[in-house]
Amino acid sequence: MTMNTQGRPTRADSAETSQAATFTGNKALQIEEALSFEIGDIGGCGVDLPEPGMKENRLGGLARDTDIGLPGLSEPETMRHFVRLSQKNYAIDMGPFPLGSCTMKHNPRLNEKIARLPGFADLHPLAPRATVQGALELIDTLAFWLKELTGMPAVAMSPKAGAHGELCGMMAIKAAIEARGEQDKRTRVLAPESAHGTNPATAVQCGFTVDEIPADKTGRVDLAALKEKLGDDVAGIMVTNPNTCGLFERDIRAIADAVHEAGGYFYCDGANFNAIAGKVKPGDLGVDAMHINLHKTFSTPHGGGGPGSGPTVLSEALAPFAPIPFVVHEDGEYHLVETRRAAKSEGESVESFGRLTAFHGQMGMFTRALSYMMSHGKDGIAQAAEDAVLNANYVQTRLRSEMSSAFDGHCMHETLFDDRFLKGTGVETIDFAKAMIDEGYHPMTMYFPLVVHGAMLIEPTESESKRELDLFCDALLSLAKRAKAGEAAAFKAAPIHAPRRRLDETAAARKPVLRWTPAEPAQAAE
Amino acid sequence: MRYLPLNDADRRSMLDTIGVSQIDELFSDVPADALNTAFSLPDHQGEMQVDRMLGAMAAKNRAAGAGPSFVGCGAYKHHIPATVDHIIQRSEFLTAYTPYQPEIAQGTLQYLFEFQTQVAALSGMEVANASMYDGSTGCAEAALMARRITKRKKAVLSGGLHPHYAAVTRTNLELHNDDVVLAPADVDASEDIIAMIDDETSCVIVQTPDVFGNIRDLTPIAEAAHEKGALLVAVVTEVMSLGALKSPGEMGADIFVGEGQSIGNALGFGGPYVGLFATRQKYVRQMPGRLCGETTDAEGKRGFVLTLSTREQHIRRDKATSNICTNSGLCTLAFTIHMTLLGEAGLRKIAALNHEAACKTADALKAIDGVDLVNKSFFNEITVRLPKNANDIVDKLAENGILAGVPGERLWPGEKSLENLLILAATECVSDADIEALASGLREVV
Repeated sequence: MTMNTQGRPTRADSAETSQAATFTGNKALQIEEALSFEIGDIGGCGVDLPEPGMKENRLGGLARDTDIGLPGLSEPETMRHFVRLSQKNYAIDMGPFPLGSCTMKHNPRLNEKIARLPGFADLHPLAPRATVQGALELIDTLAFWLKELTGMPAVAMSPKAGAHGELCGMMAIKAAIEARGEQDKRTRVLAPESAHGTNPATAVQCGFTVDEIPADKTGRVDLAALKEKLGDDVAGIMVTNPNTCGLFERDIRAIADAVHEAGGYFYCDGANFNAIAGKVKPGDLGVDAMHINLHKTFSTPHGGGGPGSGPTVLSEALAPFAPIPFVVHEDGEYHLVETRRAAKSEGESVESFGRLTAFHGQMGMFTRALSYMMSHGKDGIAQAAEDAVLNANYVQTRLRSEMSSAFDGHCMHETLFDDRFLKGTGVETIDFAKAMIDEGYHPMTMYFPLVVHGAMLIEPTESESKRELDLFCDALLSLAKRAKAGEAAAFKAAPIHAPRRRLDETAAARKPVLRWTPAEPAQAAE
Repeated sequence: MRYLPLNDADRRSMLDTIGVSQIDELFSDVPADALNTAFSLPDHQGEMQVDRMLGAMAAKNRAAGAGPSFVGCGAYKHHIPATVDHIIQRSEFLTAYTPYQPEIAQGTLQYLFEFQTQVAALSGMEVANASMYDGSTGCAEAALMARRITKRKKAVLSGGLHPHYAAVTRTNLELHNDDVVLAPADVDASEDIIAMIDDETSCVIVQTPDVFGNIRDLTPIAEAAHEKGALLVAVVTEVMSLGALKSPGEMGADIFVGEGQSIGNALGFGGPYVGLFATRQKYVRQMPGRLCGETTDAEGKRGFVLTLSTREQHIRRDKATSNICTNSGLCTLAFTIHMTLLGEAGLRKIAALNHEAACKTADALKAIDGVDLVNKSFFNEITVRLPKNANDIVDKLAENGILAGVPGERLWPGEKSLENLLILAATECVSDADIEALASGLREVV
């Protein structure tokens, strides 16, 4: 089997199917659906609008005089089109979604209701200040919760996602280094090899170079190796804690101290904050900046890939460089600071590094996250972290009877397995994952982190009941036994019950088809 | 706690299975003095209590739909069909992850493919990605893409570009010590942007309709840019305008960046929105963000996958074209549904209704003594010059329940020459009565 750089297979070895074909191609509730472009025509419309009365226009001679090529569908056709599409998706509301590092927890529907209140949803970001006091209050309240939960003095609310929050934190670090006049000297950023890909990508986007720190035998940052790499050319370090192996960095304070002693800053990737929220304040561990994925830890829906939100908490040292805009509460009123005004830091005049986005951040995620936090309270947030860690350790313990744990000992909110248990079976991590699909589960994160071979990273979250976890573990154990019993062919063919069999990713990349185009007109009939 | 399924008996038995006596043994790697610290926060609360508290905050705001509203400048009040919000709340869309397992994510992947096709068609470009965070971050990414393609370090920004877009772009480019040439605010579209393009220029970024509402002809700018080996980045903050205006692609743009909020997405106090990003086929491998492509499965059936991911951070790490990971998934779905409902016929009609409302607004305002219309051309947004500071006037009208628009001071703080300007958007949501209310309100205060 050929593998691409992701370690993912490119083509199933076997197309054998156990199911009889139907005339329509449909399979009972699974209904094949064409593209909207193949269903509608450009005269179609599912919206009733009044007739425009104007004859002239004032478009400066630049009125459109060509067709766009967009079909329209009536409302019932539209409804059916998208409902049929929806039924080809797996979702957290259907079953466990154990993607490690992704934190697919339950999305409470109260949060959806709150986000849709007209006072939040139908509010213009540039409406006069006096008419948006409640919105600014909400942002300020959420900021308070985030600062209190992290033990950090400041938070930048505008980053639009986790990677954007990383950018925010690293920009603040860059600005602080510039304020010290060391921008030409400190150009290197250290990141562990187990880091999310966004970490090195972010550092480079900030104009830094990246140096990898190896992991030690226990799956954590190798402190001695880190110390060797430190120097006066280091701007900072980016460490995920708990890390992507699902382990808490025991030496976290020593790491922070070493980086600080070398004159650098400590960026903590907060993707896994959900494991310790309500239990530990990252501010107590020497962190200078950390983004918080509201769409992970505080349960705003992932929505098929976004939108996210990545507020970034900052230490005293970095706070003066925070991006605009930000909310301040003064004299009983909420104000929005939208200009780069200078602040004082240790006698030096410093100012915001600038602006990350047009407006004030992901308000729709703020409302949902605050609703989640208020519902949980400090006790519920801590209980959620404990249950997430408990569930992960329970799964780890049960699966260890047939599967190979990457590291010994307990884990935090996610547990990492490697592919040693599949050695000699002919089954690879990808095949194991695809077989899970047929059992009704979304696979775990696979081939990440890169520190172990054939990684399988499982994060059950606190949203799973013990019954659901037992069923899940039973299914995985049975798969592991089947793999060892020599059923490789069945694994290679999986999935066979999903809306699609394995897809040819190599062909997709080799000759990319990224949009629909009309079929070549057929030869005119005689 | 209603969101947590485990009960104490479950927890006990699970701890036994794991072989520990209490939960904190699982947190033993955390420094002991950092574990279980105190938080000055309340405990958990019921749905009704939370609903009341947050409902009270919402009630302190004046929604755009509560009265006449003419606020625009990058976010626009449009009618969103009820179908849109119903579909995006379906569990299978709302609670899915990024489609990394395509066999069980064809729903998400197919709408992304439809979205990409819609955006490419609207913008007149060859290929669109699966979205950016919003228009402003897309604008910065376009500038970064242009510097990768041209290997030049100077961006020229039109004075008609939304100042927040300019600020975001500058913030990103400054990280690389690039030269960012920002033209002064260009109220009446009279700048000579072509004269600012030289052999060092990586891209020229022009918005149309610009932040003051003027419609700009990009064709001569594209020609001039190409002559110097630079790229033209066309920015459209009001995507509804593409139903009425020549597309950036037709006018020679190399990269199109749009804010897609107007189609399917609520105002939401600034986010989440959906960044539209499209370009020429030859530049596809330099694009940021996710791309969805067509392929076939093991039985030969058509299917869709994320593709060209060797551009992206999860594969390429420090060599990626961008650090973007999560994008605007569900907002792209809202866009795709609304666009599907509108179709070409509906989009053209709604664009005409927007233009009509803006024409009526312009006529009503310029009839007021002391109020001058700045624009020679416009789509659904206009700028008027008032006899005094527009900020005070906007505040006064807001007290009377009229959201009159964006005062110059809000976008260009400290710029004395712009403080009497008022920028107004009139969409299909604006009625004749709204225009009359605005005009009479304005007449009283100027």
